[in-house]
Amino acid sequence: MPEAIQFLLPRPEVLARRSIIIDDLCGLLPADCVIHEARELVPFETDAFVSYRRMPLAVVLPRTTSQVAAVMKYCHRNSIPVVPRGAGTSLSGGAIPQEDAVVLGLSRMARIIEIDYANRTATVQAGVTNLSISEAVGIDGFFYAPDPSSQLACTIGGNIGMNSGGAHCLKYGVTTNNLLGVKLVLVDGEVIEIGGKHLDAAGYDLLGLVCGSEGQLGIVTEATVRLIAKPEGARPVLFGFETSEEAGACVADIIASGIIPVAIEFMDKPAIEICEAFAKAGYPLDVGALLIVEVEGSEAEMDAMLENIVGIARRHAVLTVRECQSATEAALIWKGRKSAFGATGRIADYICMDGTVPLSKLSYVLKQTSEIIDRFGLRVANVFHAGDGNMHPLILFNANDPEEAMKAEEAGNEILKLCVDAGGCLTGEHGVGIEKRDLMRHQYTDAELAQQMAVRAAFDEDWILNPSKVFPLEGRG
Amino acid sequence: MQTSFTPEQLEDPHVAESEKILRRCVHCGFCTATCPTYLTLGNELDSPRGRIYLIKDMLENGRAADEQVVTHIDRCLSCLSCVTTCPSGVDYMHLVDHARVHIENTYRRPLADRLVRGLLAAVLPYPARFRTALTLAKFGRPFAPLLKQVKALRPLAAMLDLAPQAAAAPQSSVLRGAQPVLGIRRGRVAILSGCAQSVLDPGINLATVRLLARFGVEVVVPEGEGCCGALVHHMGREDEALGFARRNVDVWMREIDNKGLDAIIITASGCGTTIKDYGHMLRLDPDYAEKAAKVSALASDITEYLTTLDLPRQEPKRLNVAYHSACSMQHGQKITVAPKLLLKNAGFTVRDPAEGHLCCGSAGTYNILQPEISSELKARKVKNIEATKPDVIATGNIGCMTQIGSGTAIPIVHTVELLDWAYGGEKPGKLKG
Repeated sequence: MPEAIQFLLPRPEVLARRSIIIDDLCGLLPADCVIHEARELVPFETDAFVSYRRMPLAVVLPRTTSQVAAVMKYCHRNSIPVVPRGAGTSLSGGAIPQEDAVVLGLSRMARIIEIDYANRTATVQAGVTNLSISEAVGIDGFFYAPDPSSQLACTIGGNIGMNSGGAHCLKYGVTTNNLLGVKLVLVDGEVIEIGGKHLDAAGYDLLGLVCGSEGQLGIVTEATVRLIAKPEGARPVLFGFETSEEAGACVADIIASGIIPVAIEFMDKPAIEICEAFAKAGYPLDVGALLIVEVEGSEAEMDAMLENIVGIARRHAVLTVRECQSATEAALIWKGRKSAFGATGRIADYICMDGTVPLSKLSYVLKQTSEIIDRFGLRVANVFHAGDGNMHPLILFNANDPEEAMKAEEAGNEILKLCVDAGGCLTGEHGVGIEKRDLMRHQYTDAELAQQMAVRAAFDEDWILNPSKVFPLEGRG
Repeated sequence: MQTSFTPEQLEDPHVAESEKILRRCVHCGFCTATCPTYLTLGNELDSPRGRIYLIKDMLENGRAADEQVVTHIDRCLSCLSCVTTCPSGVDYMHLVDHARVHIENTYRRPLADRLVRGLLAAVLPYPARFRTALTLAKFGRPFAPLLKQVKALRPLAAMLDLAPQAAAAPQSSVLRGAQPVLGIRRGRVAILSGCAQSVLDPGINLATVRLLARFGVEVVVPEGEGCCGALVHHMGREDEALGFARRNVDVWMREIDNKGLDAIIITASGCGTTIKDYGHMLRLDPDYAEKAAKVSALASDITEYLTTLDLPRQEPKRLNVAYHSACSMQHGQKITVAPKLLLKNAGFTVRDPAEGHLCCGSAGTYNILQPEISSELKARKVKNIEATKPDVIATGNIGCMTQIGSGTAIPIVHTVELLDWAYGGEKPGKLKG
């Protein structure tokens, strides 16, 4: 197992009291809500950033906000770290526990509480999966816009923690732009409500603060999100190019022209092959790079927008333009794209980067990325939200070869630094987690980090909430 | 995902295979979302990813199975919904099969559990014994509420609840030997008469034979075939399962070598999934590997085979059919379109219930061994089916028919019974009156 990323050393006083803590937790919650047998804790030792693993002290699976509050109150009083977990799909290790931590899983709080079409909102428990909101309101012509590729499984609580994005966020914004309110259990067990069914609230924008705070400011147990009416129609169109650079330049020109399609997704050749093998969506296999551009609206609107986009693509020597012919075909195109990461598992292990760059630098960063990968003697598949400049190089490696695993991590760090140096940032949607924590100094000055940590301290002075994440371990003050 | 097995461990071909399967998993967690037990229990330990991790930990450490691992593996329905969902192509089916054998070989279950499993394995695969048991169940039924009071005895109560009020008469001897074929002869197939289905609902295979004969297909039931082995296979009783498999392979190979077979027709998708896996199950047996692969290649669900016959389009019938796709059909065999197309073509209006990918909770002997989870899934399934307001429910697996049928007043029939009716046969008995 790679060891480059360190965790906080477990608090010895917590480890020493393990059996008492477990007895106490069993007293606070029904018996089936506390997991503490060593065997049963193992599956909670990691998330989708599977290279790193730490056993938790215990796992609790509460069913109500008051149970969450009881656990927080107890852990706060006893200085026991708490790591929140939704579906455990984090690609940055956001849900990886540590030896002295209680994992607080929200998977049993998976109820849709209210759908309010008059106000175009849905209020849901934190463990509800992203997709199930759209499924619940789809029949009435609505959807919840942010659509992380893991939307089938990932939870709203986790989306809020990481301020998740997705393919269709180019037009509709990311989680923070679609979140209206939360019920938040504070570190000491106090329960507060932030926001509501309105677009803004009096006072500070605490909602903006909570969204993307990676479980370090409190535990979200309920959320009110915005519902959006489905467009009249939507059409994904495939554009094939000779090279990645050409495709990247085309994206920059589309956005620069002022056109905002719903989505512009990018796949390079290895990614196309991987996705085609899984989804059989009919992606062209004879191109070097592919853009999936989705337009929506009335037929006339879609035609007009597409005409402009095709014009721009021709200037970049587009090789193929293929409009999809049916709803089934459109669904397959998105299924393939959204399963890209998992489908990569068919050919190799991978780590997924999440750097975001200004669109004018997209081609340059793509080229530099492949140079870095070549230098390390590795392979890469690129599949990402091009319209947002949110890149996802998947660095392929063999997890059973420790040397190669280390190389993959080093190459990843270089790529992320490259993104920052190109004027971008470390993470577009996956969060910092542990994965990018030690690169935060590359992004921020000490004063900038200190200011963020001061906010964190205002919510959790003792660093018990998801403590090994986001901020470098040294210099925490 | 990283694995750590020693070269010695990997010398065991079963461990080597599981290692390969584990290496494919990238721990993305997609599978949790479509797992019926995760949706019911909300605990990752009762999800595919949790089970994969438990199995990995057990096998890597070369450890005997223990109570915790067994609890969570036992709760797996083997519905294979996760296999459909998994983008990485993790072969969960063979991984959990291996885990079940490992449990059977290394774990001593509590006495009541052993007795119930022993009873199921000794009765269900044998039609004569099963018929006798159903007759006896009539006398036992009044005791079911009493048995439910004791947790360890709940499976017995579940068995009594599921037993039909009256056991059907023995499957007519009309199935034995060749049937007269009408019109031009278009093929020669064997049909699996199997075990439980032949006792619970012999009408299914009779309808199949009639329908096929009408379209020029000769159907034979070679002497000596029987249970496909799925029931014991899913309990980890591998020697018994392979025994059933070898016997069927022998019987069908004789027929193949003699007059030849175009297909081996199966009308219970649970059995179909297993027979299509004979090639894999017997891959390490040099005497059978090749023959078993041949049999697996010929195995065909009745709806798969019917699509090759180009059945004529029929007049609309104004009958709403909720089609329930058995897990073994849609996830195990990836047959999703054919049954619905056949029904539509035959004039029925087909309705797709919501959450069609979720198991009804039948899953072989699951509704007996895990009655609580099973009944939650049944209620969820019945609710979704009834919401489509169907006149009749059609499905392709006897287990689902028994399970769903015990939770709704809407008649449930096998897909082939509706097709037989549409193409000149009698109206299914359950739709009369």
